[in-house]
Amino acid sequence: MSSTAATVRRIRAIRRQRRWPPYTLSLTTSIIGFALLLPIIYLFIRTLDAGLDSLTDLLFRPRTAAIIVRSMALVVIVSAGSAALALALGWLIERTDLPFRRLWSIVTVLPLVIPSYIMAFLFISVFAPRGMVQRIFAEPFGIQEIPSFYGLPGAAIVLILVSYPYTLLTVRAALRGSGRALEEASRTLGKGPWETFLRVTLPQMRPALASGSLLVALYTISDFGAVSLMRYETFTWAIYLQYTSYVDRTAAAALSLVLVGLAVVLFLTETTAHGDRPLEETHQAEMGGADSPSVPLGPWKYPALGLCSLVGVFALLVPMAVLLFWLVRGIGAGEELSTVWGPAINSALVSSLAAVAAVFVALPVVVLAVRFPGRFSMLIDRVSHVGFALPGIVIALALVFFGSRLAPVLYQTHVMLVIAYVILFLPIAMGPVRTSLLQVNPRVEEAGRTLGHRPLVVFRTITVPLLRPGILAGGALVFLTAMKELPATLLLSPLDFSSLGTTIWAASSEAFFARAALPALLLIAISAIPMIFLIGRGRSRQA
Amino acid sequence: MFATLPNDVLNRVPANLRSPDGKWIGLSGRARVIVYNTDRVSPDDLPSDLRGFTDPEWEGRIGWPPTNGSFQAMVTAMRVIWGEDETRAWLEGIQANNPQIYPKNTPTVAAAGAGEIDVGFVNHYYLYRFLAEEGETFAARNAHLTGGGPGAIILVAGAGVLDEAENSDNAIRFIEFLLSTEAQQYFADETYEYPVVEGISVNPLLTPLSEINAPQIDMADLGDLEGTVDLLRETGILP
Repeated sequence: MSSTAATVRRIRAIRRQRRWPPYTLSLTTSIIGFALLLPIIYLFIRTLDAGLDSLTDLLFRPRTAAIIVRSMALVVIVSAGSAALALALGWLIERTDLPFRRLWSIVTVLPLVIPSYIMAFLFISVFAPRGMVQRIFAEPFGIQEIPSFYGLPGAAIVLILVSYPYTLLTVRAALRGSGRALEEASRTLGKGPWETFLRVTLPQMRPALASGSLLVALYTISDFGAVSLMRYETFTWAIYLQYTSYVDRTAAAALSLVLVGLAVVLFLTETTAHGDRPLEETHQAEMGGADSPSVPLGPWKYPALGLCSLVGVFALLVPMAVLLFWLVRGIGAGEELSTVWGPAINSALVSSLAAVAAVFVALPVVVLAVRFPGRFSMLIDRVSHVGFALPGIVIALALVFFGSRLAPVLYQTHVMLVIAYVILFLPIAMGPVRTSLLQVNPRVEEAGRTLGHRPLVVFRTITVPLLRPGILAGGALVFLTAMKELPATLLLSPLDFSSLGTTIWAASSEAFFARAALPALLLIAISAIPMIFLIGRGRSRQA
Repeated sequence: MFATLPNDVLNRVPANLRSPDGKWIGLSGRARVIVYNTDRVSPDDLPSDLRGFTDPEWEGRIGWPPTNGSFQAMVTAMRVIWGEDETRAWLEGIQANNPQIYPKNTPTVAAAGAGEIDVGFVNHYYLYRFLAEEGETFAARNAHLTGGGPGAIILVAGAGVLDEAENSDNAIRFIEFLLSTEAQQYFADETYEYPVVEGISVNPLLTPLSEINAPQIDMADLGDLEGTVDLLRETGILP
């Protein structure tokens, strides 16, 4: 009896402790948070250098307001479009008897590996007024000009196609994690499939939609490649312009701070949309079997297949076909193709390091956010998202600034580049790790503690193995995002270093398309491998 | 910021293609041209001078990359040759014709080839890369403005050695290499640029420099980039 009482006391003591994060965890995450704030500190230093008068002039010009409005319009359209596409595809793949589901589950995620500047460039060469499509299809029918998509429509389409998989991945994870029991209950109570979807499935998807959309929104405001080629002036575009045309960095720094402000607005929006749904999500995984019957599509499977094919064709098939066409045409014209193995190995190596490092940094931040919710953990969580909102050039310049002053040994090394990737892409690693951790019942960890193990030992021997799927997924996402990163790579890489991204950029900006095609195809192929492996694994385990 | 280069290096290049105080030196020349769509424009219809493009007949037919360095150098040359007021008037005149804005030279040339625009203001060499890949059917060609002026200027890509360089001997040797026959012939053959030293055969596809009515201007006079960017901003061309 007394031993039971002792155990109860012990559990209570452990639970009481849990409200406050262990000292080591707070310290680790504080250091991480501070490191992640370096870019913002840099921006403040740069901005305050100039004095406030010139800044207020710059910030309150009507043109600046117009750019904010344009950026936000793009963010809203891309996030909403991505969410709609992700919901439709995610539901079809996870919940219905859609034919070739396994194929679609891979095809619909792969556009993530295509850099936005390549997607935009290919779109323009194919669909621009008087581009390939018009010459091949429209002109024989007497159509002289297809409508131009430059500006908002073009930028939105390209950004949706390259970023909707972020939302799709979170939505699919949530659909898989949340059981079908509630949906089945709703159906047995006489509600139709539509009403069930709107009133049961959709509300359950809210947190997933919110966190996926946050990534999409941050990706959108920090994108340069697509908006510059589609000629839609956003904030990031204006910041790049400042950096490339002025030696003075002040105005660019000030505009970047406004961008940080926009990111904060997005965080607040996400927090509101997310709602306070702490741990009840946790155990839903245990309710309802994965073996429940799929929703039969019936004749609806044709439009469903149409949607999947449309996405596959536009986001994957067309880009690959154009790249192959450039390559074949260049070889036909006797173009000399330089070797791309060096850059390919460089890219793969640095991106793998970045993936491992990002996951290591993500783990303590996610544990803090999920297990010790509160103001402090919320703050650290938000800070870790800031890098993703800022253009790569800002992060790179901040690291040049601090690196050359505080750590000249690291300047111009691979280490510096990897640090930049971690600051830029940490939130991408955090998403899947968080999803996994939410599905680990804290009682399992408590059991470990009651058996007398120290928190770190429990974490290493119990939590981390359970988090494996999330760790692998997060690492893979960081890997492929780092593979296609350009601005930070150009600024921070060692002098003799060239990646696939920089090779493609150098060749395509100088109009050597055949020379750009081979590294681009290689980049897509290398990034696709972990993705296919990951999705294939996820599905076969579920089946 | 830059160290003075040795005389034997400087003297390999004509005086107007390097800084008068020997701080930097031109390595290759690029001509400013009008790239035009061959289906929509006959070279005979082009004005002889950039000023002609402010005419309303060019409304909606022009493309330019205002963020591009060479474009901005051309505007700087305009300020030197025409003066501040006329340059501003020209920029406003082109703005009034609703030009299409491209991020770089390459998409501008691509757009001219596709007929998305009728004319574009670019450097000469991009066209030849399109021709090499897409063949003679690529529907754009270059025109050199016969009336001369800033629109026909020859710009250079240059190099200098930082005065704090730790290894300035090797840096100078590298510049010497870039001025060697081997490297200069590479620029001429592979990147379709104009060599800056004597005795290199210019790519036969290019218009010989002697046939271009380029303004006589010192590259060293084109230093005021910030003034140009301010002007582009005041005229609403840059944000």
